[in-house]
Amino acid sequence: MAGKSLITIKGVKEGLVFLLDDQCAFDQLLEDLNAKLDKHEQQFTGPIVHVFLRLGSRRLGEEDKEKLRSALKRQGNLLVQSIDSDPLPADPDDAAKPVLHTMTGIVRSGQTVEREGHLLLLGDVNPGGTLRCTGDIYVLGALRGTAHAGSDGDGSAIIAASLMKPTQLRIADVISRPPDEWLSSEPWMEYAFLREGAMAIDKLSSLGRHRKEVMQFKGV
Amino acid sequence: MGEAIVVTSGKGGVGKTTTSANLGTALALMGKKVCMVDTDIGLRNLDVVMGLENRIIYDLIDVAEGRCRVNQALVKDKRFDELYMLPAAQTKDKNDISPEQVRQIIESLKPDFDYIIIDCPAGIEQGFRNAVAGADQAIVVTTPENAAVRDADRVIGLLEKSKMASPKLIINRIRPNLLKSGDMLEIDDICQVLAIDLLGIVPDDELVIKAANSGEPTVMNPSSRAAIAYRNIARRILGETVPLLQLDEKAGMFRRVKKFLGMS
Repeated sequence: MAGKSLITIKGVKEGLVFLLDDQCAFDQLLEDLNAKLDKHEQQFTGPIVHVFLRLGSRRLGEEDKEKLRSALKRQGNLLVQSIDSDPLPADPDDAAKPVLHTMTGIVRSGQTVEREGHLLLLGDVNPGGTLRCTGDIYVLGALRGTAHAGSDGDGSAIIAASLMKPTQLRIADVISRPPDEWLSSEPWMEYAFLREGAMAIDKLSSLGRHRKEVMQFKGV
Repeated sequence: MGEAIVVTSGKGGVGKTTTSANLGTALALMGKKVCMVDTDIGLRNLDVVMGLENRIIYDLIDVAEGRCRVNQALVKDKRFDELYMLPAAQTKDKNDISPEQVRQIIESLKPDFDYIIIDCPAGIEQGFRNAVAGADQAIVVTTPENAAVRDADRVIGLLEKSKMASPKLIINRIRPNLLKSGDMLEIDDICQVLAIDLLGIVPDDELVIKAANSGEPTVMNPSSRAAIAYRNIARRILGETVPLLQLDEKAGMFRRVKKFLGMS
């Protein structure tokens, strides 16, 4: 295998933890696992070692889990204790991934835009105008009106805007009124999110840390 | 074939009627054949501002209901041969005429005039729909106040829904000293929020009130700064110049005027 190994083995007090890559194809992973076990055959002889498999964000059916177990069974002293995936917050609605709606134009006073999913607006929201959607709101322009993200009660939704000067921000059931509660006069792009149930504002570059989404970038 | 331009604002008291009267007169001054139509039924003012109140025989409702022909209802201006006004009725209300009727009346005026200036009532209800129905273009008047800008934004939203070309903006009653001290909304800020082309800015001028009370449009008085602003706007309507340039040009004129006042 070129580059980073798909399987990382760590020793812990209880035994061995196998960290399996969650981005590659399963067959490739299995192949790599077999190769690794063959390579280190000698090391895997001796007393019984408990093995914990960590799949990362990968979800596996029983059939595939059995394939992993049987691969490890070839080494007589390895006893698979558990096969776990990360409990992802996005897990329950993974099937219904929100759609991103893109819109161009100015949402003026008295106008309301409502969407299911995320909303990307290329334009401004003027005072008196309202955006409302069940997912995130991204405004490439000035947000001077009202924005309500996660209107179905999703507290993890965010509101991002090039110019954050809203009349009112709402995420799920939380309502905040700038500038009484917070004031933004920063020149960079910002986003609003819920921190322990209260509205918070941060610069957009912090979103990566906040969300911890798995991202893969190509290139060096 | 003439062009019908509606002058609207949403909010009341920002100077729709004054703007209509002055633009109509300024266009007539430049040799155009102009008809001003007052659609503020029940609260007509345009005739008062123009000083033509006592010449009214028929009105817009009379035309709509077939009691007279359009030409009979037109009131000829006392200063210009090519300037006419179609007055609103004072005794009826906005629901006594439909947008379709207004559209037909405006259409019937178009062949005879270069410009038809429609004075719109305040609000966004029936009166607004009547006024907008026959227009090819719209001018939105606002003042440098948050409430007026908010209402202008609302009206622009409604105008954009109709198939009319993007409306043009006039910022009225600007007080340069307040602007300078930062106590008034900046012209740039207003333009940024409303995001439509700026047709012109008009400084606040006491002569406008004086002129309106005497039934003489301000535009007739070349010593008034507002008059010059209105004449410039009329020129822009004729010449279709680039609006942003006009803002600079206007600002330049402001500086010159201020300098002149400072020196005298």
